[in-house]
Order: sequence, then C-alpha cells, then structure tokens
Amino acid sequence: MAYHKTVASVVAAAAMLGTSTVAFAATEISWWHAMGGRLGEVVVDIANGYNESQTACSITPVYKGTYEETLTAGIAAFRAGEQPNVIQVFDAGAATIISAKGAVIPAQDILQDAGVEFDINDYIEGVRNFYADSDGKMIGMPFNSSTPILYINEEALEKAGVEAPETWEQFQEVAPKLKEAGYVPLAQSHLPWIFTENFKSRHNLQFATNNNGYDGVAGTELVFGEPIKAHFTAVKQWLDDGLFGWYGTGWSDNQTPFNEGKVAMWLGSSGSFGGIQQTVEFPFSATYLPYWGSVEGAGTGTFIGGAALFAMSGKPDEENKCVASFFEYLTSPEVQYMWHKETGYVPITNAAYELAKEDGYYESTPAAEIGIKQLSLPGGDWTKGYRMGFYVQIRDVMNREYGKMLTGETSVEEGFATIEAEGNKLLERFAKTTEN
Amino acid sequence: MVHARLVRFGGAMKKVQFNTRSVPYLLLLPQLSIVAIFFLWPAAEAVRSSFYLEDPFGFGATFVGFDNFIDTVTSSDYARVARFTTVFTLLVTFLSLGIALLLAVKADKVLRGASSYKTLLMWVYAVAPPVAGLIGVMMFDQHVGPMVDFFALFGWEMQIGVNYFDTGFAMTATAIWKQIPVNFIFFLSGLQGISKSVQEAASIDCRSGFRRFWTVTFPLLAPTGFFLLIINITYAMFDTFGIIDVVLKGEPGNNPVTLVYKVFLDGFRGNDLGGSSAQSVILMILVFVLTVIQFRLIERRVHYT
Repeated sequence: MAYHKTVASVVAAAAMLGTSTVAFAATEISWWHAMGGRLGEVVVDIANGYNESQTACSITPVYKGTYEETLTAGIAAFRAGEQPNVIQVFDAGAATIISAKGAVIPAQDILQDAGVEFDINDYIEGVRNFYADSDGKMIGMPFNSSTPILYINEEALEKAGVEAPETWEQFQEVAPKLKEAGYVPLAQSHLPWIFTENFKSRHNLQFATNNNGYDGVAGTELVFGEPIKAHFTAVKQWLDDGLFGWYGTGWSDNQTPFNEGKVAMWLGSSGSFGGIQQTVEFPFSATYLPYWGSVEGAGTGTFIGGAALFAMSGKPDEENKCVASFFEYLTSPEVQYMWHKETGYVPITNAAYELAKEDGYYESTPAAEIGIKQLSLPGGDWTKGYRMGFYVQIRDVMNREYGKMLTGETSVEEGFATIEAEGNKLLERFAKTTEN
Repeated sequence: MVHARLVRFGGAMKKVQFNTRSVPYLLLLPQLSIVAIFFLWPAAEAVRSSFYLEDPFGFGATFVGFDNFIDTVTSSDYARVARFTTVFTLLVTFLSLGIALLLAVKADKVLRGASSYKTLLMWVYAVAPPVAGLIGVMMFDQHVGPMVDFFALFGWEMQIGVNYFDTGFAMTATAIWKQIPVNFIFFLSGLQGISKSVQEAASIDCRSGFRRFWTVTFPLLAPTGFFLLIINITYAMFDTFGIIDVVLKGEPGNNPVTLVYKVFLDGFRGNDLGGSSAQSVILMILVFVLTVIQFRLIERRVHYT
C-alpha cells in the first residue's frame, strides 16, 4: 500500500519535472584549460561566477595539463568526436587549430549568430589581431593575454646609481655599473617569444613571408634579417662579459635568480606580475621591452602571448549559444578587470582597461599597467603577430640553436641558417597537411 | 635433453586432448586479442601513418611516400639524438650492470647484517622513474642542487639545462642509480643459486678469488646476466622516458634527448603525426634487429643448466 503510494508520487513528480525540464535544466558546456595553480583557481571562480549569473547554461572547467597537453588532448578528443565546447589554445598552437578548417567556429561568428553585438575595435590594439584571420575576423577569443616586459630590481639600480634602460644602447651603458655593484645585470625567460617574435614586433620587422603567415600556409617562410642577428651577437657578447645571465630554456630557471635578488633586471611576462609581487622582498617596478634605437622605425608595440579560447565545432546549436553567452560574460569589463587584478594578465577590452583606470588600480600599482600600455603603443605592418604551423617545433629548433649559440657550440650566423632551413622545412611540411 | 623432456610432455598431453579443435584456440583468444589490439593494430597504424602527412585534427592526409623517413633521417638533430641515445644506452646498461654485479658479489659475502645491507641497496627499486627524475633534478638543480655544490669543489661548474654534457651526465647518473637495485636483486639471487659445492671445489683448485669469479661464478651467472642485458637495454632506450621528461621540465631546448623522447616531442608536443610515426617505425626496426642479434649471437654463448 505504502509502496504503491510512493511509486505513484514518484511518477507524478517525474511527470511534473518532465514538463519543466525545457525551462529549467541548464545546458551543460565544457571548457578545457591549461591554467594550473593559482590561475586555475581564478578560472574556477570565473566559471562559478558565470553559472551564478544566469540559469540557462552551466559551464564546467577541466584542467588538462600544460598548453601542449591541452591541445593534444583536444585534438585526440576531436578525432573521437568527444571534443569539449571550449578549448584553451596557446599562441604557438594557434595556427594548428585555425588552419584545420572546420575544427572551430570563429568567436566572432558564434557571438553574432547568438545575437550578441560584436565590434573588434572594442578590443585593445595589440590583442585584437593575433587570433584573427587575414581579413580581421576574430577566430579565437583572447583569454590570458600577456606581453614581455622588463622587471626591475629598484634596489639594484639605486645601488649602481643608474636608470632603467629604454633602449639596448642605454642598457650597454648601465650594465657594467650594475655588474660592478655585484649584480648580473639582465636575464630573460623565453628566447623565441621575447628575443625573436616580440623583437620583430618591437622593431616593426617582418617575421615571415605571406604577411607573417596570415595570408596562407603554402609558401610561408621565416625571415631573419641583420637586426636580429646583430642582437644575438650582442647578447652573446653580454653573456661573455658577465652582463647577461642565461640559465637554460626553462622559464623559472631564469626567473629564480631575479626573485632571489641576484639578477638586476629580468625580461618576463606581464602575467608574471602577481607572482613576483608575492615572492620578492625588494622594491620592484617594470618598464617596456627595450629596443635598438639604431634600427629604423623601432619602438613599435608588441603583441600578445598567452592563450585564447576556441569554440569547437560539431556541437548542437543550444550549446553554441551557451558558449556565446559565456564569451559575452568573460569579456565584460568587470570579469576582465577581476582577471587582470588577480593574475596580472592584461584586460583584453578597452572598456575593461578604462574600468581599471577609473578604479585607480594603476595609481597604487603602476607596474601592472606596463603590459597594456606597451600593447597599446603605435603599431606597424609587422606588429599584429604571426601565424605559422608546427610552430611549437619551430620554437624548439630556435631554443636548441640559441642554446648552441650561447654556449659557443655554433656561431650566430650558422645558428640562424639552421633555424631558417629547419623552420622552413617544418612550414613546408605543415602546408602539406592542410592540402586536402 | 630438452628435446626428450618435450617429447615426454607431448605424451602426457595426449591424455587430456580436447575433443573439439576450437577449444584451444578459444583459450588462446584473450591473450591473442590483447596482442592484436594493443600491439599489432597500433603498430600497423604507425606504419600506415608514417607514409602520410596528416592534419592533426584528422581532416585530411596527404600520401608522401618515404618523405617522412627522409626528413627524419636528414634533419641535423636526428643524428645527434641517435648518437646520444647510443652513448646513453651503453653507459646506462654497462654501468648499472657492472656496479650492481660488484655490489651483489660483495653483499653475497657479507655475513653479519646482510639483510640491512641488502635492503639499503634495494629500496631505490621502489622509486617510480618520474620520481627518480624529480630527485635527480633536485640533486642537480643549478640553483640549489647539492651535487652541483659537490662537483664545484673539484672545479666543475655544472649547469643542468644550459650545458649539453652536464645535462646528459645528470640524466645518465640518475638513470643508472635507478636501475642498479633491479640488477642487484637479480644478480644476488643468481649468486645464491650457485651451489656451495661448486664454489668450494673451485676454491680448492684455485686460490685467486678474481680468477675464480671469472672462470666459475661469472659463467654460471650468464643466464641471469643475459636476461638483465636485454632488460637493461630496453630500460635505457625506452623506460628512461620519465627521468628525461622531468629533467627537461617540459622544454627540450639544447638538451640531450633519446630517440623515444623525440617521438613523443614531435608527435605529442608538435602534433606532427607523420614524422613521429616514421620515427617509431625506425625504432621498431631497431628493436627487431637488436632482438635478432641478442638471440642469435649472444644467447649461443649462454649455457643454461
């Protein structure tokens, strides 16, 4: 008797639920990302914030390891038809996912299809083009965006009685004094990103044919001119003279000596700001990535590094609508400002930047503004970024050859010849993968 | 004698012969299907994709014949990686076998406190390769590593991750350290399996302990040694992946890597499926050749009792 009653009520409840599912059950979407540690916590905060802000959609962030591991996991999932709705792909992997025609829905399309207003000019100068196609359509939604800047140990500079350099010429003047004061004057954490890709942008120099690779994969070749070779010749000289420290390819191996106060100036990511603020015991500040005053037209802005969010294709419309609404939430000034403040990554829209300024954030922490100011510097023909396939391997080739140059295993001239030959070979191979 | 024994078994088998022909095959099926699904099929797939250049997302593949193989072998880096793999494998195999044999012979002679010696020498066996790599990284870290401080006393300024040789040295040392206990355990049990009467007879005939070892003990250990040789070569070439991965901290840079690690780098880090498959096919052939050499040439000299 009691049993029958229970069954009846369950059936009734189920029937009632059935009618209301359409209205109340949230559409589930997934988000694979590569943000570990503190950054991962902020990612979860953003997802929770989004889920609480509305009831139609629910996003679940999943940590998938490093950038490379996340991309590989996404590719494997896509081939098995199990891809997530949103995947975070880093700068060097952008060409892989964008060139695979049909793997992603352009961010601009997914937003416009859902009826969200989109204007690429709402995004700051150095951010808007990197993940766009050659027509300026935004494919990936920039997420954690950073740019290389120069961090300064104020104490060291005071001791040596010098000012932070704006150009490499000025660096050559101040470096010996910093050395005398007992410091390694300079270190950096990512030779391909800082001294190659952004070196090109900062000096407004061509990096690859086919409009830095944006116009197509076939026939794209690397371009290395005199300025970058001269730069590496100088860097090797600095290293030999004790004016520059190189601690290998690992990011943190090069940052640690700065954090410990052994290195006076360190070139890292604007996204490193939060970590440095927590770690170092000396007063620090930041300034722009130096450039060679002798190179004509130098002093242009840099472009973003970091990663973007891509909406993967092959998903039902209602899920895509949720992705659009999530992107809308993510790019809102409040969320961007929170992300900027918590992590040190730059806000990607002008509105978010204005909000941070109005809030007086940069008056209390001026170093946090350097990245975004550098991205907003006047651009040129070659400052919007690059698009090259198999770029992870090209970077590995660069790292290998730069390592050989700096340890004296090879000359600068020969090293660049190898990078060019092997890099172009990889580009040619990549072009073949997209032929069909 | 082996032959005779087999015949006898054959005779015994007849009594439990299966009535239907399919039953034995059915019993073999689970094992065979595991081999087929986890080995043969992926191997065939690797051979197939080594002839294609494929878009990572699977939208298309272009047949390129032997291009992947040619590109692999002609790249300036491949020869260097192959060279390092050879040196690394030889060093790891011979040093970990040699040191383990020495320790086993010495430990076999210890009477008092033998078990604590043995435990001390064996515990590393329980350490997983990535953890071993992590310990190695900490010992050799360029900023805080105690080994770096130690070698600095002799005027060697080690820089792991900067200097190719130093990084290779740290990898080799960690890999050897990790492998010694396994070899030690096998050698020790091998030594304990040699009958006391043989050893006593030998010590009456010959006073030199060194000569006794080479003429009596070592040949009797040969089956164990041969087994360990194969295990160690496989270990050095394939299982050291975890150690190398941890030492590199995700950035290969100008550091030594082994052939297997390069397969991973190009395939999983670089998404170059064709190139990576070509490299695995080359490795498959290499392993095949090594196996033939081992069983044709070396095993002939090994006597099983």
